[in-house]
Amino acid sequence: MNLLLKIWRQKGPNSPGKMVDYPVTDISEDMSFLEMLDVLNDQLVVKGEEPVSFDHDCREGICGMCSLYINGQAHGPERLVTTCQLHMRSFKDGETIYIEPWRAKAFPVVKDLVVDRGAFDRIMNVGGFVSVNTGGAQDANCLPVSKVDADKAFDAATCIGCGACVATCKNSSAMLFVSAKVSQLALLPQGKIEAQERVLNMVEQMDVEGFGNCTNTGACEVECPKGISLENIARMNREYLSAALTGEEKKEITGGF
Amino acid sequence: MSTLNSKIPAGPLEKKWSDHKDHIRLVNPANKRHIDIIVVGTGLAGGAAAASLAEMGYSVKAFCFQDSPRRAHSIAAQGGINAAKNYQNDGDSTFRLFYDTIKGGDYRAREANVYRLAEVSANIIDQCVAQGVPFARDYGGLLDNRSFGGVQVQRTFYARGQTGQQLLLGAYSAMSRQIGKGTIKMYNRHEMLDVVVVNGKARGIIARNLITGEIERHSAHAVIIATGGYGNVFFLSTNAMGSNVTAAWKIHKKGAFFGNPCYTQIHPTCIPVSGDHQSKLTLMSESLRNDGRIWVPKKKDDNRKPTDIPEEERDYYLERRYPAFGNLVPRDVASRAAKERCDAGYGVGKSKLAVYLDFSDAIKRLGKDAVAAKYGNLFQMYAKITDEDPYATPMRIYPAVHYTMGGIWVDYDLMTTVPGLFALGEANFSDHGANRLGASALMQGLADGYFVIPYTIGDYLADDIRTGKIPTNTPEFDEAEKQVKERLNHFINNKGTKPVDHFHKKLGKIMWDKCGMARNEKGLKEAIAEIQELKKEFWKDVRVPGSLNEFNQELEKAGRVADFIELGELMCKDALNRNESCGGHFREEYQTEEGEAMRDDENYAYVAAWEYKGENAEPVLHKEELKFENIKIAQRSYK
Repeated sequence: MNLLLKIWRQKGPNSPGKMVDYPVTDISEDMSFLEMLDVLNDQLVVKGEEPVSFDHDCREGICGMCSLYINGQAHGPERLVTTCQLHMRSFKDGETIYIEPWRAKAFPVVKDLVVDRGAFDRIMNVGGFVSVNTGGAQDANCLPVSKVDADKAFDAATCIGCGACVATCKNSSAMLFVSAKVSQLALLPQGKIEAQERVLNMVEQMDVEGFGNCTNTGACEVECPKGISLENIARMNREYLSAALTGEEKKEITGGF
Repeated sequence: MSTLNSKIPAGPLEKKWSDHKDHIRLVNPANKRHIDIIVVGTGLAGGAAAASLAEMGYSVKAFCFQDSPRRAHSIAAQGGINAAKNYQNDGDSTFRLFYDTIKGGDYRAREANVYRLAEVSANIIDQCVAQGVPFARDYGGLLDNRSFGGVQVQRTFYARGQTGQQLLLGAYSAMSRQIGKGTIKMYNRHEMLDVVVVNGKARGIIARNLITGEIERHSAHAVIIATGGYGNVFFLSTNAMGSNVTAAWKIHKKGAFFGNPCYTQIHPTCIPVSGDHQSKLTLMSESLRNDGRIWVPKKKDDNRKPTDIPEEERDYYLERRYPAFGNLVPRDVASRAAKERCDAGYGVGKSKLAVYLDFSDAIKRLGKDAVAAKYGNLFQMYAKITDEDPYATPMRIYPAVHYTMGGIWVDYDLMTTVPGLFALGEANFSDHGANRLGASALMQGLADGYFVIPYTIGDYLADDIRTGKIPTNTPEFDEAEKQVKERLNHFINNKGTKPVDHFHKKLGKIMWDKCGMARNEKGLKEAIAEIQELKKEFWKDVRVPGSLNEFNQELEKAGRVADFIELGELMCKDALNRNESCGGHFREEYQTEEGEAMRDDENYAYVAAWEYKGENAEPVLHKEELKFENIKIAQRSYK
């Protein structure tokens, strides 16, 4: 296949960026999208030009490192895949492909297609956990969990933290990401004890980071490579409301030393 | 030749760990605050260690090269984690898990370490459940188990095909809690480029901030390396693109011995290579062998569609050769059997380097929905990559590099040969011998991080309660930083003609052809010469664009490949030294008439620990003799 790539190039966080044209030839349909970019980058290096920076690591759809807005869609045209699992057979010979970074105020561009998703970590740091220290846990089977709840918690827990939900949302809202973690822990008995503080703290941090509000368009669910359900947002809203109405005053979640 | 001191505690096997814990020194809570520990790598081992040590009160600095600690490659482990819980009432016990692991490792692991691993395995499951890890459960709400290769009990806990992800997110959440409290200072997008040794003790690291390019000095009272394995020396492997040997190799060059580098695990069930463009290989979990049957046509070069080949014309070669374990033989055995069939001309697919993994029986027996519930995400992954539907036609699979049993040599306390420098998880050599059993990597990573290092590191640090902050403005830090900078400058100024990948691919081909699934003396000698040649070529002709003080992914790769080249040579030397076949190390000269691996216990029942002696000097071999006092050493049989 021969393709014309239009790629966002940006030297650093404060430099202006622009779309640059790169024609590529002899691309195999069996290549993954990132392997196609590898080919381009090796050609650029040999020519003495700077290769295109992009985030990637596991290349099997689980680490959540790869991103890319391809032809106006997070992770490209296929459903339920990350960019690293997207193959060139999803494109047509002669096609022009637009490649951009995630765009959101809370995800500043580091370079070219690489963005800083540290905001997600900071939200996790204020409540995305159960306060339990290593050692001293009771036997695992002393705590039966209904299979229905365990399965729902698992579905929420499969979020890979890639940020496609934020990039897709017209408000750059992080509700799907935050609600997936809130839901996972709210559904399990282990997480119930701190459920109120958790949801209040995580939502507050989400606002501090500059993510937008949720207007229920559902775009995030459509573009999520792991199919995280909007149901989680509903559950988080319920948790939040209940915590805000009945909860004690917001406390810092602590525990351990 | 000096002997290594593995510091295995005296006493009966089942009491060693508890006695050891009872007698090693402690650091009191008030003193812990004044002690700094550096943890490099945030996978299961590093993440669990960082979180646990911070909970105990130490002041921890954690480093990862990814943009978040949640992305470490432990996340990609699919199938499960072993634990001797005996929830299935099928006769499992600590001893059986210990026995299976020693036998699975082809009698090349240390008894005391493996027994401890089996002992703490049950605590890991308890800990993870307490953290909210959503393991698979049955309708009564209790935990479910599945079976894995090389064992006859069901002791594998799992979270669909994403067990590694769920366990890592558990460790990450424990870390997040400590980061929030300020007890862990997290350095994302930082790569360790050297360790700093002061008066014979590890006292810090030199790291590069991958965003700004700045070279930073970080000091500590102890340094923990939990940076994973080195499978990417083969270029194509199931490892993540960023997985590398750099931290391990740097500490090796500063005095940490490297144990059994030639022990690599080639995983039997991976999606076959499709072309030269390929950047990585994708694993299909071993758990698939619970329900999938492996076969090739009985006729050579049979080009019919697999679904058109009648039952009587299929050779279920694992079931034929190993009736007791069938499709669930250990990985090394399954991989070699696939290679044997393909080399003999029975391979399938375009490349003829593949065998079938067929689920039609399971789908008939359990129904499509039940199969989808167990393996849905794996089937989807296969379909996306190959454009074929595994519910309708058998998967094509072939072995690929997956894990490295070899690694930094450590004693019972997980300390390397450099005082104050520890190695955990896949980065060390300790528990899997010459072959790792499925679902044991997650177990070892978490055991090291949650339940071993928190105890053993205290014994070392008890001497440091009065030391005070380690300064970074000392000649040792100056020198280490200078060397790091010189090397980076060399890459940038070299202005060669070829990109880093060119050399990495060449190295991978040499390693796969001559130090891969089968090795022989002639090939290994050729490989050593070829790698030495490649090294010269690399330093002369590599081209790294851009500059030092910026985000520069080619520069990151260049440093990693330079280290892989040196490691590759050591792996070949180790493989050449080991004149026997054991586990993942198969020397063609040493096999039985039936093609099974032939060990030489009289001469090779030792850990080969290599000491670095300088750029152009030969590495020196140290031997740690392995003593089997609790298990009768025997030729492995899965028949």
